[in-house]
Amino acid sequence: MDGIMSKNNSEYLIERNDNIYEVVIGLEVHAQVTSNSKLFSPSSTKFGAEPNTQVSLVDAAFPGMLPVINEYCVKQAIKTGIGLKAKINNKSVFDRKNYFYADLPQGYQISQYKYPIVGEGNVILDMPEGQKQVGIERLHLEQDAGKSIHDVDPSNTLVDLNRSGVALMEIVSKPDLRSPDEVNAYIKKLRSIMRYLGTCDGNMQEGSLRADVNVSVRIKGSTDLGTRCEIKNVNSIKFMQMAIIFEANRQVDLIEEGEEIDQETRLFDTKKNETRSMRSKEDAHDYRYFPDPDLLPLEVTDELINQVKSEIPELPDDKKKRFIDEFKVSPYEATILVSDIDTAKYFEEVVAKMGKNRDMKLAVNWITGELFAVLNNKNIEIAKSPISAKNLAKLINLIKNGTISGKIAKTIFELMLDGDMDPQIIVEEKGLKQESDPKALEALIDKIINDNREKAIEYKQGKEKLFGFFVGQAMKASAGRANPQLINEILKKKL
Amino acid sequence: MTDITSLSLFELIKNIKEKKISSNEAAKSFVDRSEKSKKLNAYVTENFENCLKLSKEFDNKPNFDLKLPGIPIAVKDLFCTNDVRTTAGSNILNNFVPSYESTVTQNIWNEGGILLGKLNCDEFAMGSSNETSFFGNVQNPIAKDLVPGGSSGGSSSALAASLTPVTIGTDTGGSIRQPASFTGTVGLKPTYGSCSRYGIVAFASSLDQAGPMSKDVKDSSILLEVISSFDKKDSTSIDFKRNNYSSELTRNIKGIKIGIPKEYRVDGMPDEIEKLWKKGIEYAKDCGAEIIDISLPHTSYALPTYYIVAPAEASSNLARYDGVKYGLRSSGESLIDMYEKTRSEGFGEEVKRRIMIGTYVLSSGYYDAYYLKAQKVRQLIKQDFDQAYNKVDAILTPSTPSSAFKIGEKSNDPVSMYLNDIFTVPVNLAGLPGISIPAGTDKNNYPLGLQIIGKPFDEQTVLNIAYSMEEKINYKNNITNWWME
Repeated sequence: MDGIMSKNNSEYLIERNDNIYEVVIGLEVHAQVTSNSKLFSPSSTKFGAEPNTQVSLVDAAFPGMLPVINEYCVKQAIKTGIGLKAKINNKSVFDRKNYFYADLPQGYQISQYKYPIVGEGNVILDMPEGQKQVGIERLHLEQDAGKSIHDVDPSNTLVDLNRSGVALMEIVSKPDLRSPDEVNAYIKKLRSIMRYLGTCDGNMQEGSLRADVNVSVRIKGSTDLGTRCEIKNVNSIKFMQMAIIFEANRQVDLIEEGEEIDQETRLFDTKKNETRSMRSKEDAHDYRYFPDPDLLPLEVTDELINQVKSEIPELPDDKKKRFIDEFKVSPYEATILVSDIDTAKYFEEVVAKMGKNRDMKLAVNWITGELFAVLNNKNIEIAKSPISAKNLAKLINLIKNGTISGKIAKTIFELMLDGDMDPQIIVEEKGLKQESDPKALEALIDKIINDNREKAIEYKQGKEKLFGFFVGQAMKASAGRANPQLINEILKKKL
Repeated sequence: MTDITSLSLFELIKNIKEKKISSNEAAKSFVDRSEKSKKLNAYVTENFENCLKLSKEFDNKPNFDLKLPGIPIAVKDLFCTNDVRTTAGSNILNNFVPSYESTVTQNIWNEGGILLGKLNCDEFAMGSSNETSFFGNVQNPIAKDLVPGGSSGGSSSALAASLTPVTIGTDTGGSIRQPASFTGTVGLKPTYGSCSRYGIVAFASSLDQAGPMSKDVKDSSILLEVISSFDKKDSTSIDFKRNNYSSELTRNIKGIKIGIPKEYRVDGMPDEIEKLWKKGIEYAKDCGAEIIDISLPHTSYALPTYYIVAPAEASSNLARYDGVKYGLRSSGESLIDMYEKTRSEGFGEEVKRRIMIGTYVLSSGYYDAYYLKAQKVRQLIKQDFDQAYNKVDAILTPSTPSSAFKIGEKSNDPVSMYLNDIFTVPVNLAGLPGISIPAGTDKNNYPLGLQIIGKPFDEQTVLNIAYSMEEKINYKNNITNWWME
């Protein structure tokens, strides 16, 4: 049988002619450093500006212009390194990567080659079948290039240098990933850590996070690495996954046909859903790396590293552990709540506002249920949620203390969306307070039984499912306000 | 009254401060003499009118507290000057007008200096005779058809011919000291990191250093005081305490220890150089210095090391001249075609040769054998000097292995041309200060220079030794104004 096998949720195996292949993936993630100015110049890094309005003489490589390191970007890289539980190198070196292209004004990119600022570290992935550790090989700082625009002018290529010189962190993983699902989890975790740290906004639409994907395949169980292909510059998780699936299958097909895999650089065509050869190993650029003589080696003192360490906030893994211990949420719920720093913040605020008699189950359900649904629908980030944590906490408390039913709460939730209304006020203004007076409810139920005598008799004779009918009638008669628990009790007694 | 252009900078400043000469009179004199000296081809771009205008403005509102009050100064065309064309002697920057000013020239204007013009140089400072300039050969005022040295050849020629009272050059492997030696003038390469490289068209970043060129040592001390500064815009600029070089200048060097490195006695060195060196040692003794024989064992590796490191850096530094953003652009069928045509037409032979060498030595598979090895040797050369400086305060050597040669004599023999730098390149590789002072003449009456090399940041000692020896040597340049006939 040919096809894709899957023993559990995140494993990805390819079977051909009784051979079972696994895919080996390593990622080189390019993450734009959150910084107001560029890596070696004071120009702004603001996204979306008019072309060539954020370009200094240094960015455009005018004669005699020299790079000066932006210390904030260095701190950001150190911070990220600490977040990746990685070794921070006291000494690193900026090298020149030499190649010609129209959007590379210097004719070289300033990067770090032999001596990166951050060494080995790791990232923990929460997979359905448990945790998985992915090794980080290194993180280094480098300049972004400008942008060549080929489709505006029919006979010319236009160049926008706004991005030229913007600081990037290249985060290189070990070849530890084994499936598109793991790649998804890895990118999301990396993004989450950097967003917690405030070192990269992780915005893939704006190109703040891109990756080169290294893919090879091998017979499952083998420990040798196959020949890899590098898929350049993929800018969404979905495309990364599509590219990996295509590429892994292409490689397996080649092996099964007895052919060699060429080590090469490939491009992913998102329209045709295929990877194509960009250049082979023989045509690979010789970048002629050498230490940039315009810059001294980058010295980072232990003092600075410790200072940065002291600024590190609670990171997702620690937060998750605390949520489980302190709030008694399940590991699955905790994973969802900490995946995004703003979600975690929102959750903690709700918890705080709920006060003493807090109900975690309700809080988690309302945030990950109703609220997430609305945010998804409207494509809003939780930081800009139309319902504040304070008011959601109030709503949850109203349910908890029996003022309103869960059903009414949903109605109130809808009303709250318009201008972050206080649920207490809605309850009062619309008279939505739950009816919990047993006498009033008894009167109401007496009337319903009276009006439906035949059905009451049928129920007594054993047609038990009619119970629901009476509950429905009671809710309808009370415009949904009747306390469902009391209704149940009274009905059982009266029928 | 004496000819203004024959005055030293020091005398000129004195006369201006005492209001015996106005800035405008000075400017007129130098402009006038420069106009009559076009045969030297020292200028690439003249700034005469503007200079005259600015000198008048200075006279209307003089500030005599400045270190260069209203002094007209022509500079090497490697310094970017705001609104004034800056070519680096290359066709590829033929029409390039910067919108910014180099730190070194800005320091000069801040102290009252006025730009007289931009002086010819070897293309991107790559050459030892000024013959690689796109703007043609420069004549040495010493004699017709003699090279003025390089790469700061326009600077040395203009200075020796009194077209400018002082000038500034850049020195990557000897480009200040060798032309000074060839023209009977003084040239100082400061410690690497002393003068900012910001706004200087880069040749080899780890070696390039700007420095003063003048008719005597005192003038160099005045100019160094102005141009040397810590600059945050240059990451390799060094924040050290700079002396008031001119006011601390002294001829009291009694007991100072001067080393004589035996390795500088190279094979085939002309007798007259050997004699000059011996004479120099005697002069130094006369000044009260103690002479000590020293060894700099890795000297013979300096030249090959230099011709790996410098082209490697240059090949990368010059990648930006691609026709995309500024400078020359030749039209091509595609981006690659445009690059190839632009760079073929824009660069001269020597520049292309060095880009090729540099690209080769950095290529994968060759990097370790060439570039990396060269960096290691560079460290050894540095250590040689460090060890020598445990015993001595400064080192005395000839500046060049020969006097100025005829235009065309070596232009087809790059290796023989490169040998010109044999005594100067170790100083750049080690990042040390070095000065060349005129010390005599050869059989043709062409000037010969001696080099004094100092400890890092110890320009003061270098200047003091030079100042003392200068008095004993009492050299006078014989300028006949042959080009004006």
